[in-house]
Amino acid sequence: MPDQLVFAMEITINGLMAGVLYALVALGFVLIYKASGIFNYAQGVMALFAAMTLVGIMNGQVPFAHLINAILGTKVHHFGWHVPALLAILVTVVVMIGLAWAVQVLVMRHLVNQEPIILFMATIGLAYFLEGLSDLMWGSELKALDVGLPQGINLWIDETTFEMFGYGFFIDNLDIVATIIAALLVTALIAFSQYTKQGRAMRAVADDHQAALSVGISLNFIWVLVWSLAGFVALVAGIMWGTKSGVQFSLSLIALKALPVLMLGGFTSIPGAIVGGLIIGVGEKLFEFLVGPLIGGATENWFAYVLALIFLVFRPQGLFGEKIIERV
Amino acid sequence: MKLKITTLALGAVMAAGPVMADLVFPSLSYRTGPYAAGGIPFADGYADYFTLLNERDGGIGGVPTRVLECETGYNTEKGVECYESTKGEGSLVYQPLSTGITYQLIPKTTADDIPMHTMGYGRTSAKNGAVFSHTFNYPANYWDGASGAVNYLLEVNDGDISGKKIALVYHNSAYGKEPIRTLEGLAEKHGFELLLLPVDHPGQEQKSQWLQIRRERPDNVLMWGWGVMNQVAVQEAVNIRYPMENFIGIWWSGSENDVIAAGDGANGYKALTFHNVGSDFPVFDDIQQYVVDTGKAAGAGDQIGTVLYNRGLYAAMLAAEAAKTAQEIHGTADITPAMMRDGMEALDMNADKMAALGMPNFGPAFSVSCENHGGPALVGVTQWDASAQTWSLISDFKPTDAEILAPLIAEDSAAYAAEAGIEPQC
Repeated sequence: MPDQLVFAMEITINGLMAGVLYALVALGFVLIYKASGIFNYAQGVMALFAAMTLVGIMNGQVPFAHLINAILGTKVHHFGWHVPALLAILVTVVVMIGLAWAVQVLVMRHLVNQEPIILFMATIGLAYFLEGLSDLMWGSELKALDVGLPQGINLWIDETTFEMFGYGFFIDNLDIVATIIAALLVTALIAFSQYTKQGRAMRAVADDHQAALSVGISLNFIWVLVWSLAGFVALVAGIMWGTKSGVQFSLSLIALKALPVLMLGGFTSIPGAIVGGLIIGVGEKLFEFLVGPLIGGATENWFAYVLALIFLVFRPQGLFGEKIIERV
Repeated sequence: MKLKITTLALGAVMAAGPVMADLVFPSLSYRTGPYAAGGIPFADGYADYFTLLNERDGGIGGVPTRVLECETGYNTEKGVECYESTKGEGSLVYQPLSTGITYQLIPKTTADDIPMHTMGYGRTSAKNGAVFSHTFNYPANYWDGASGAVNYLLEVNDGDISGKKIALVYHNSAYGKEPIRTLEGLAEKHGFELLLLPVDHPGQEQKSQWLQIRRERPDNVLMWGWGVMNQVAVQEAVNIRYPMENFIGIWWSGSENDVIAAGDGANGYKALTFHNVGSDFPVFDDIQQYVVDTGKAAGAGDQIGTVLYNRGLYAAMLAAEAAKTAQEIHGTADITPAMMRDGMEALDMNADKMAALGMPNFGPAFSVSCENHGGPALVGVTQWDASAQTWSLISDFKPTDAEILAPLIAEDSAAYAAEAGIEPQC
């Protein structure tokens, strides 16, 4: 088989894996938009906040240590213990639920019936607030995150493809784990929304707030639930990306990777986020491989948006978004 | 009534006038934002050295120092705002800590007669003091870094790297592109093949670049990265099992932040440097005694001895020594920014002086002149030991290739002189 074709196959598989990681971020946007019509600008920062909280808890870091020390003149930084990863994840989930409740009670409840742009602006404010809160709670320094996920080349794939093509494919074990987790997450989310009372209530709110309210569904509860789910998805995305690059401020920028996925997959479809992620992942990687060298490289960021725009021209609601019907 | 008016007038004058008793060293820091992990240790090191001088020596030449910190968030506009809001305080020298801010401040500092020190960043051709009268970039600049990396590779390959393939993984920005011209010139001179691999900002996704490295198997990889790009690149190199001892980053890709996330896999990774690393220097004992133990350490006090803390400390030491030189030249302890510029231009950092400061071999020995604001460009190499969690200097500070660099600097500075209407002096 020609070398270029073999390389393209390797790149396609890696593109699919990268797409899953993008989709993990996009999922959080979809959940909130679907249930409340809010484009949550703070989703990337929620991933940062979740990952910083997780590492902070694992390392036994004292939250707001700088503030406490500055006010009380103490020198406390650590509790002196290390929390197992699984327990720390559970505690972080509780923190994210608390955050969801706070966002709903302190911000969103007061903005019911406001224009979507007002709600969007509120999430911008929330993003900057959470950035500052993350810094204040856990500090700005980079932190390594190790929850026991495997990283590095998958030797079985390397050896198998070497026997088949004379060239061993590189597939990162972390990407394989991310793919499995994303598949489980999507299955669980779909099952939750289809087969549970709260899930059906969530879908009812997504379809029509007022009708849902009239049959006794609590909007407050559903929105807290949705923000909690988005917080959980943010935590999963934060763990995956944080394991790759360490937990640091730049983690919030992963939202940039989710935007073209949303444009392509639609803002209201969970499967759309996954398929959109896969298309963007493969598209940008193959373009970089085939065309990048001819035009100086570094094409991935902008090509993802070009690809999404092309889809938008032909299907404005995205691949899986609800069809826009205006009756006049 | 007359007494009241006189008292009020005197009070107003005292309130409005600059505090002449202090030597003011502004610190354009970035403790927040995406690059805070790199900005905090530098700012801490810079502040701690001046605190040490105040506590141990009573300042410089008997005049207390004052660090005026202004948060830029590594944002060019904020950096310029910081400059404008602090220059009236009698600020002696600016360290913009950003190439973007540096470019904005070059004409401003020149017009305001305030010197600027861009150590290991900024506009490389500012080395030509005949054109850039108020900008200094000693002891090394980006192009020195490129040449230093190639010199090191020559050294470990018995002087011959012809036929080798060297990849440059770089941040796809003006900063990341800085070494390309130099490396192209050096590739022609030494006969190696240069493979250019740009990475888009912020650099969280580099799979394509590292798959290409895996396919093309370059003998060495150089990196011009910053922030998250560094951590991801090191991790990707570990993932594809690239030999870490063949991977060399520029000094902005060579701190603890860049290797810790990759764990043991990062062992052996190398980085260029223009100052020493670690805390095995007498000055750190003084910092412990006069700064930490007295509760006056900057920030959380937890960055002491890290690579970027040492860089801040080194920058502060060079600024303090230039201030001392200015005091000697002008015969006054209460120096102005213009006098500080003279001190920087006459700075002589020799081995004896560094040893006397408790910082033996902390940086290269060099001197500055009117024509040469960049010094002799001596670059060293450090290596990461993952088990000990320490960086070590593994080479001496060695000269870079003036044959390649001098014409490039002359060309770029001449272009700036023509553009800005500057008549070269010296």
